[in-house]
Amino acid sequence: MDNTIIQLEDVSFSYEHSSVLEHISFRVNKGEFWALIGPNGSGKSTLLKIVLGLLKPSEGQVKLFNTDLDIFKQRERIGFVSQKANSFNSGFPATVLEVVRSGLTRKKGLFKRFTKKDEDRAMYALGIVGMEPFAYQSIGELSGGQQQRVFIARALVSKPDLLIMDEPTVGIDQQNVASFYSMLNTLNREYGIAIVLVTHEIDLVTDLATHVACLNRSMHFHGVQSDYKKLDDVDISKWYGHPVRRVHQQTSEVTE
Amino acid sequence: MIQALLSFEFLQNAFLSGIIIGVIAPLLGLFIVVRRLALIADALSHVALAGIAGSLYLSQQVLFFAALNPVYLGIASAVTGSLLIEKLRGTYRDFEELAIPIILSTGIGLGAIFISLSKGFGSDLIGYLFGSVSAVSRQDLWIVILIAIVVIGFIYFFYNELFALSFDPDYAKVSGIHGRAIQIVFMIITALVIGASMRIVGILLVSSLMTIPVAAAIQLAKSFKGAMLYSILFGETAVIAGLVLAFYLDIAPGGTIVIISIVILLLALAWKTVKDKLNAFDVKGERSYDA
Repeated sequence: MDNTIIQLEDVSFSYEHSSVLEHISFRVNKGEFWALIGPNGSGKSTLLKIVLGLLKPSEGQVKLFNTDLDIFKQRERIGFVSQKANSFNSGFPATVLEVVRSGLTRKKGLFKRFTKKDEDRAMYALGIVGMEPFAYQSIGELSGGQQQRVFIARALVSKPDLLIMDEPTVGIDQQNVASFYSMLNTLNREYGIAIVLVTHEIDLVTDLATHVACLNRSMHFHGVQSDYKKLDDVDISKWYGHPVRRVHQQTSEVTE
Repeated sequence: MIQALLSFEFLQNAFLSGIIIGVIAPLLGLFIVVRRLALIADALSHVALAGIAGSLYLSQQVLFFAALNPVYLGIASAVTGSLLIEKLRGTYRDFEELAIPIILSTGIGLGAIFISLSKGFGSDLIGYLFGSVSAVSRQDLWIVILIAIVVIGFIYFFYNELFALSFDPDYAKVSGIHGRAIQIVFMIITALVIGASMRIVGILLVSSLMTIPVAAAIQLAKSFKGAMLYSILFGETAVIAGLVLAFYLDIAPGGTIVIISIVILLLALAWKTVKDKLNAFDVKGERSYDA
């Protein structure tokens, strides 16, 4: 059985005449946890948009679950959590349960109403991220970290095989970031959900992820975490375009 | 009042229409407010003014229009305006709000031309601008009922999609919800509700019935369903009380309905303030007790 979830073959993308991504090829398989790292403006978010079908690549081919992206219909197999989730309208009158249940909209299809079973599924998803006790609270009353957990529950409610996250820890205080990542680890290990995470929090994530991809317009490295850790800091600095130093198996950018 | 209601058809028309729009205007208004589109309702009502004024003017010139209910042309122009707003929002992607003043001023401009060209439809026009208890015909009532069926059907069947698109349009797009098609239908439905409501509340005040009860509801509601119920409750209270007041004082119901809506809003704001202060007091009390 083929376990491929995302397959990119020689994908390039340019905005008007400026090249953003050049000849990207990589593959994400079932159960893998990928950390997609790279400096600002390296094309990480653009790559995610291409995978999500929001942008069309200038060249190359994208397949999801072995189906060409253009004809891929099973959107519910992919959960998405954006970095903008923190900037939603906090005055919106909705309970946590209503928000999570809305993640089933596409799966239910047109003209269908939510049932008790859908509510149970939403409660289950909230339980996974430890937010069940907040189900009937207004979403605007929660902290940034709690809201982001709710948005992960919304992404999980349709039982996706893949969770894509674009810098989900933006706006979460540092104390809660570690527990947030540990929850992602549980999702990956216990529930077998493949994760692709774009992040700047490279210290924690490269320890948790099973695979690391380093992008700066082109893919400079992609492979298992242990190979990433064997890389030379000089090479990584060259890819980043400025000095990067990894300390005690952790990676940190040197700001000058 | 009850005696008059049972005796006069025009009063029955006004009250039945009022009860229906007291439900559909705030119901749709909730989606308009949470999507930050409140001013679009204003723009569309002014486009409806152009249609009404155009129809009244043409009724003086062409025999066919003399027999035509001006509400039809009002609704048709509001629907056209809603489609033009959508088109302009697409053209000015980075300045989407520009569509509102463009369409709003076009509506007022055309309305002003038709009003200036015509000679003496003062009292008719006042009725359309500020609403009327006496001018609602049985035909108007049937139009309102038909529009209410369309609106409630649309919200019932597309509730999940409308919620997802209102709460987080980007996520809805990624998850494959057909946002564009639903948005176009939503705009047309908004124009229809404005068309249905203008006979009672008046063109100039119709958007307030779609927004003020909602503004009060979101002060009190924790859930979206709760906000929906409060919006309808407040809208309905304002319409019924406003119509009764207008009947006894012999004035335009648009004004009384809006002012009662404002009173409800002020009460909701006061209730929220008191509740927040009491909560803060409780937290403080617990803290000092813990300490």
